[in-house]
Amino acid sequence: MLKHTALHDLHIKSGAKMGEFAGYDMPLYYGEGVIKEHLWVRESCGMFDVSHMGQLIIEGEGVAEFLERLTPSAFQEKRQGKAQYTVLTNEQGGIIDDLIITRLSEHQFFAVINAGCKEKDIAWVKEHLPSKLTLNYMEERALIALQGPKAAKVLEETLQCDVSDLPYMNARESKSPCGKDILISRVGYTGEDGFELSVPPDVAQRAWQGFSKHPAVKPIGLAARDSLRLEMGYALYGHEITAQTSPVEAGLSWVMGKNASGYFGEERIREDLEQGTVRKLVGIKLTDKGIAREDAEIHDHDGNIIGALTSGGHSPTLKESIGIGYIDSNLANIGQKIFINVRGRNIAAVVTKLPFVPAKTKSMKKAAA
Amino acid sequence: MAELKFTTDHEAIYIDGDTAWVGITEYAREALGDLVFVELPEIGRQVSKGDEFAVVESVKTAAEVYSPVDGEVVEANDNMEGDLELIAKPLADGGWIAKIKISDPAQLGDLMDEAAYKDYLKTLD
Repeated sequence: MLKHTALHDLHIKSGAKMGEFAGYDMPLYYGEGVIKEHLWVRESCGMFDVSHMGQLIIEGEGVAEFLERLTPSAFQEKRQGKAQYTVLTNEQGGIIDDLIITRLSEHQFFAVINAGCKEKDIAWVKEHLPSKLTLNYMEERALIALQGPKAAKVLEETLQCDVSDLPYMNARESKSPCGKDILISRVGYTGEDGFELSVPPDVAQRAWQGFSKHPAVKPIGLAARDSLRLEMGYALYGHEITAQTSPVEAGLSWVMGKNASGYFGEERIREDLEQGTVRKLVGIKLTDKGIAREDAEIHDHDGNIIGALTSGGHSPTLKESIGIGYIDSNLANIGQKIFINVRGRNIAAVVTKLPFVPAKTKSMKKAAA
Repeated sequence: MAELKFTTDHEAIYIDGDTAWVGITEYAREALGDLVFVELPEIGRQVSKGDEFAVVESVKTAAEVYSPVDGEVVEANDNMEGDLELIAKPLADGGWIAKIKISDPAQLGDLMDEAAYKDYLKTLD
């Protein structure tokens, strides 16, 4: 039996094509198809139901220090309202999950984790949770993402929330028109300006219906969410990043705090930083016709296997075939010519700077290529 | 009246004398969603019934197109590479992917006619 989000009935009513994702019955796309949805987000405003993701509150005295044990990022110095993209690392320096953690107050943080990782993340946090801290998984709470150049305007016009002074990677609590609390985070997974609204289920339904009436808004399914993040080269857990990949080879060293120490897997991550990794995550553009998808082998000129794609597909914005994958570090240079093997045929490709499409997020740090 | 045939893999076939014009059905198109690429077969390739001879790629997935008969690929629809929307047209009006010269006409008897295909679709949902 698949789980439903608070917005499930509304997706069915709007004729969404539904599919299973991480145990949830989720909208893959709506009436107009994936490419139109994708382009709509780039030029207007898309709304996404991402309520399948896990929302946690971790609080208590010493919580910032605890988060610096779970992740290689700096939390003690974070201002209230500041959000940080980071990774939960395991003892081997691999990645348990990637997540955004936001400081709500001195002793309280909010974390949004991947749907497919909820169970193991919560077990991991609980296993290491100091006795004076508490973990609260807000299972009923919904999460709506508004993404696109018109997202701020939509939010202001629909919910009368002024977000003009809310910088990217910052969050603030606000009141919905019905008086309930909404946590608004200026974050996203598309490369556009945008917001994620953490709300109780009844508010989610009203907000979704309210946004639906705005002419700049269309609902967007998980399929376009994937092609949007691929154009940005953003990692997707289980694909680019796994329990075996270190944040260094995944191009995520930038999440690390300057003086990070004492986090899980520090030994390997330090070694990766100092000595370099044997493989690196890179952007890849096909220069010949075709589409290359996850697991396609990457070959050099002589036919040697030098890596594999972790994600790949069509870029609706560029109308080109793109992918991301790991290749031998000594070939991980922008402009390097390579081949992607698709059904036994080698398609010419080139290592390309990420993101494929310029990010519109105001202060988002770029993953090092 | 043109004779249309269908396979259980959702190929649609227009029989023009000794040549089969092969495309995909509306059901297949709807299941695939937005198309982004078609990989055409080489002219002159010998195919057996059931061989993968073309690939239709959508945003979501790659779908193989199988030959409905034994034969030789005599033509590929190059226009489709630049205009994927052609695939939604009737087979004889540009919707064909490739033409296969049929070497064993008896194999056509294994294909479904339109009524049988419609009945078959009803068993799928």
